[in-house]
Amino acid sequence: MNIINIEHITKIYKVGLEEVHALRDVSLRIDKNEYVAIMGPSGSGKSTLMNMLGCLDTPTSGKYEFKGVSVSEMTDNELAKIRNKEIGFVFQTFNLLARSDAVHNVELPLIYAGIPTAERRERAIQALIDVGLKDRLHHKPNELSGGQRQRVAIARALVTNPSIILADEPTGNLDSKTGEEIMGLFHEIHEKGNTIILVTHEEYIAEHAARIVRLKDGLIESDERVERRYIPKIKTTVAQ
Amino acid sequence: MNISQTFSIAVQSLRNNKLRTGLTILGVVVGIFSIIVIMTIITMLQKSIEEGLSQLNKYTFQIQKNDPTFGGGPRFRETRPDIKIEEAYRLKELLTNAKYVAAEQWQFGIVVKYGNKETNPNIQVAGITADAIKTNNWNIEYGREIRETDVQYSANVCLIGKDIVDKLFPNINPVGQTIRVGGRPLQVIGVIEAQPALFGQSRDNYIVLPITTWQSMYGKYGRSVNITVMSYGKEDYNDVIEAATGYMRIIRKLSPGEPDNFYIYSNESMISQVNDITGPIKIGALAVSIIALIAAGVGIMNIMLVSVTERTREIGIRKALGARKTWILTQFLIEAVVLCFIGGIIGILLGLGIGNFAGSFLNAQTAIPVDWVIIGITLCVLIGVIFGTYPAYKAANLDPIEALRYE
Repeated sequence: MNIINIEHITKIYKVGLEEVHALRDVSLRIDKNEYVAIMGPSGSGKSTLMNMLGCLDTPTSGKYEFKGVSVSEMTDNELAKIRNKEIGFVFQTFNLLARSDAVHNVELPLIYAGIPTAERRERAIQALIDVGLKDRLHHKPNELSGGQRQRVAIARALVTNPSIILADEPTGNLDSKTGEEIMGLFHEIHEKGNTIILVTHEEYIAEHAARIVRLKDGLIESDERVERRYIPKIKTTVAQ
Repeated sequence: MNISQTFSIAVQSLRNNKLRTGLTILGVVVGIFSIIVIMTIITMLQKSIEEGLSQLNKYTFQIQKNDPTFGGGPRFRETRPDIKIEEAYRLKELLTNAKYVAAEQWQFGIVVKYGNKETNPNIQVAGITADAIKTNNWNIEYGREIRETDVQYSANVCLIGKDIVDKLFPNINPVGQTIRVGGRPLQVIGVIEAQPALFGQSRDNYIVLPITTWQSMYGKYGRSVNITVMSYGKEDYNDVIEAATGYMRIIRKLSPGEPDNFYIYSNESMISQVNDITGPIKIGALAVSIIALIAAGVGIMNIMLVSVTERTREIGIRKALGARKTWILTQFLIEAVVLCFIGGIIGILLGLGIGNFAGSFLNAQTAIPVDWVIIGITLCVLIGVIFGTYPAYKAANLDPIEALRYE
């Protein structure tokens, strides 16, 4: 069953008097439990495509169906709802609320989903335990290392049980060892049946995925299934 | 997602930035404080004045030649004929529905002597007819009252107030003793019970004589008599005023078209005069405070706008995680209203506290201007909504992609 079905979408921005064709003609299908890496140099349109996939933006033309529902015609509120329920974001810069502790950060999407206090607290704590942060529940982001912050962000992305996890350069702000740990965590999440879309410009990160889509100048240059790189199981990544 | 969750998010983010919150609240506190402190003091004064008046003469009004405060104008002061004691007695005959009709005259700044002791020259000397004891609500502590026969024979007798007892007769019973006022010997026949102070001013430093005796001391002509009238109760008070006005016009031989050449001076007229003074002060205070509150409101808007910019990323995160526009809008609006509300409450408490403290130096009674407390809170919430709307609208309409990219 395909979750994402994009057909011939384009996106045109106006920068001053000039029109920028960020996406020219892109078609893409992503099925459940896929692990897709979207690659491309800067200016290739991969950020625009990611915003589109994350329902933060709508295409200028073309068709985008999310689980069979057309996103192109959704209102702001419907987009907000789909982001809340169906999409888990993981950002390069973590994007946690600086003054709130880990539990509150993970709770946030559940608050907007209208989950009662007791249940959402329980689910937030469970999500943090699942990413190995049992001892860091009430730490604020500035009391956590980069890797731990990204784990909080991943817990926040997973807590709503979304249809896709959308990770934008998730290791971009981490050293390579911590980056590997985070990729190991994504591997586990994928094993559990989640669908992951990874946006990156780094070849060795993309190698974790089962399928690599390469963009160039707003067009898909290649879309191929690849041999997945072996992931060594690192003890610390295993849920305790 | 409901309003109580939005509320808790708003409160959470206020608590997360205590300095910003505190400074914003301070602006509102100053605005509300200034209204409440002024209104508290005015209310205290008004309450004291009204209470003092109603103790002085319940169901009583006075007829005087001139309006003692405003409005009479110098034109009338010169042309109006004096009210004579005979007119008072004539009114007493005619005004049968009144309980008491009395006449009185006052002289101020008099020295009273007893033996080789004397008072400061600040004693008030009243000349009265017998009914004035009742209309003035004087109680005789011991001794006897001034009677109508004392008035008829201009007897050299007097009643004295408590202050004079304390000053001249610290150890002996004054009744039966003879005091001297301006060389005239007067026999003390009674002592008047102490009266509650008005504005911390003692009201017991006076002596009371028959009005005829008074007139032989201070002159009968060229000085107008005050007539005081007391009705049986509250219900007929206005009827008695009306009847008295009619009879006074007859007594003073006014033809129908002519205006009254006397002035009726009642509790109500006094209170309305007090309100004439405090009214403009209240309006002035309200105007100043509204300006202060608008300044505070602009401050709130400024801080909220800075806060929107500073929190652009936070708003982006919230939107990416599924917050709707209206929820962001509500959150920021609630933040502004909560700030104003807290500021308002603190301002009101400070205003009441300091207002009552300052008012206590004026010997006024404690008071809470409930109407102004309500007006104050309403203004605060209104300011919060008015000046919170634009920043909240701006926050709600941020593009999540731009907001997330914001550094």
